[in-house]
Amino acid sequence: MLTAGIDMGSKFIKTLVLKDGMVLGKAIVPTGFEPSASASKCLEQAASEAEVDISSIDHITSTGAGRKAASEANTDITDVGAAAKGVAELIPEARTVIDVGAEDGRGIKTEADGKVVDFAVNEKCAAGAGAFAEAMSRALEVTLEEFGNLSLKSDKTIPMNAQCAVFAESEVVSLVHAKTPKEDIARAVHDAIASRVVSMVRRVGINESVALVGGLSHNPGFVDAINRGLETQVVIPDNPEFVGALGAAIVAGERNK
Amino acid sequence: MAEYETEPLKCWQKAKELRLKYYKDYQDARDKGGLRWTGGAWSFDAIPAGLGHDVHNITGEPYGASLAFDKKLSMECLEAAEAKGWARDLCSYMRNYWGSMYLEKFAFGGEYPEPDFCFQDHICCSHAKWYQHVAEYKKVPYFCIDVSVGPYKDLDESRLMFVVNQMHESIEWLEKVTGRKYQDELLIEAVENETRSTSAWAEICCLNMAKPAPLDEKSMYSLYVHGTLAKHSKEIADFYEELRDEVKYRVDNNIAAVPDERCRLMSDTQPPWGFLKVFRYLEKFGAISIGSLYTFGLIGIWETKPDGTWGPRTTPMQKGETITSRDQALRILADWNLSKPEWQHFYDPNLKTEMMLQIVRQWQLDGVMLHLNRGCEGLSCGIMENRLGIAEAGVPVMTFEGNMGDEREFDEKRVMTRIDSFMETLGMEMLESSVSS
Repeated sequence: MLTAGIDMGSKFIKTLVLKDGMVLGKAIVPTGFEPSASASKCLEQAASEAEVDISSIDHITSTGAGRKAASEANTDITDVGAAAKGVAELIPEARTVIDVGAEDGRGIKTEADGKVVDFAVNEKCAAGAGAFAEAMSRALEVTLEEFGNLSLKSDKTIPMNAQCAVFAESEVVSLVHAKTPKEDIARAVHDAIASRVVSMVRRVGINESVALVGGLSHNPGFVDAINRGLETQVVIPDNPEFVGALGAAIVAGERNK
Repeated sequence: MAEYETEPLKCWQKAKELRLKYYKDYQDARDKGGLRWTGGAWSFDAIPAGLGHDVHNITGEPYGASLAFDKKLSMECLEAAEAKGWARDLCSYMRNYWGSMYLEKFAFGGEYPEPDFCFQDHICCSHAKWYQHVAEYKKVPYFCIDVSVGPYKDLDESRLMFVVNQMHESIEWLEKVTGRKYQDELLIEAVENETRSTSAWAEICCLNMAKPAPLDEKSMYSLYVHGTLAKHSKEIADFYEELRDEVKYRVDNNIAAVPDERCRLMSDTQPPWGFLKVFRYLEKFGAISIGSLYTFGLIGIWETKPDGTWGPRTTPMQKGETITSRDQALRILADWNLSKPEWQHFYDPNLKTEMMLQIVRQWQLDGVMLHLNRGCEGLSCGIMENRLGIAEAGVPVMTFEGNMGDEREFDEKRVMTRIDSFMETLGMEMLESSVSS
């Protein structure tokens, strides 16, 4: 059976084509201002890599913030459900899933089959999400990749008190003016993001093992901060940004039966 | 084909008329030689009732909710309050009310009808300051009764008398500021009505234990409101008994509020009034909110029955008591109100968690939706502790952020997505009829 999952993220759309549990192709494109068109483009690219025709896909399930905008999708599933399902496939022993994307962060407590027991999602606040890291890297005039690695060079803890991304940025500016080394500021930012995520995840309870997925999992500074915050080592699958799309593709298979 | 039959409530129209009459009576009171007063839904409205049948009140919270429901007017009011320098994180009912007062706009037409006096009690910090400001702004007298004597389970004679003595003092004050002679027989009548209306409301809520539930919470909001307007009035007590009989009829005849009921939930705190569609959205999954500690216990008065279940509190009349004096009436009124479920969590969130779990078990619920209501510090106090307690008891629980009276703090899309996720965790899929519609 051929299925596909489309993860309509706020910043990127990720698509994955699955055949009997094997990933045949995947693609990622910026969401842009025309999410529906971007989703079509992303699906075409994934289908092309998989060397299949879109019309031959038995069932497509969308997920993500803009999941209703994926016109090719037959059904949809929430981000929470898709992330849990994707992690259950890749890291079956995980009982806590942390998914941090550009604008959303969520903590999910799961059972063995990826069934969601409880979840917590950040509210209207970017302080615990990837967009904040991106904005702070711009403030420090480094690339996002450099920003993540920079913070590993610091062993200094500088608390950031602001609970809001906007005010946190002004704290960063103050640190810049105080000639604080960039690596210390980078670590402070990652600690601040991680502290909000950890607090959210603790609401649902932390059960070993803990899987970390979503785009921010690529940021080593954040991963280090979250490991320290949780006092455990999170497990990150390959291609963590595609886990939601994978979960959606698996659900597509279940729904096509 | 729907699982159950449904039909509109027969007394719905009467409910609407009673509510509008209440506001009209307040508006017209002065023209008819009567008096107007303002205070909260929790004020001891039975006490000013002793000044005469021509004394009418307006309670701030339901009035604030009425303003919030009218999004355009609400925005004008909120901005007017902000223009005066009030912070956005204050009680949103209060800000709507104050805005209406500043703008001299009454939600039910005409100018804001200023009160002759303010009469309030306070357990929530906003409550005392709300009418203090109204009194100062409108230059009218103000009396406030402090009811923060601890949870009902710890009530003793000295705590009770702390409230009763203030009530006695308030009557002397009312006579002084209005120049009217106080009539104890009217107080006694009002206390009898209040115990009757608030116990009857609890009885109505109990009928919602039935499957299918005869009432959904969105409809209950339009019905519990009468108790928040004038719980002391004969009209309201009579109406609740009529409503109770109709709800009984619905239970006996399997008439459902939601024809596809297959999942039973409860909410918490005031809803985001501008977005009651949340409850209609639940129905697309066959889910019904059967009420909440808020709708049950804001004005409903309850007691634990000998078998451990929760039920309507037995009224003095049902016990065969006759109220014959002012002091007896005030003691009953104080004791009755101090047992109010929604007053208990101000002292300890665990008391609220216990009551919520009691509802979960007794009303056979599948999950709980908590509104993290930025508009009400009082009722949101300790709500994350409640979440923890409910989750630890193994009951599925979700939270969503919003504001009962300030639509700027409600993210509709995000909340609906959150509900989708919660429905998934409960194993609920959207009904076929809803998917195609």
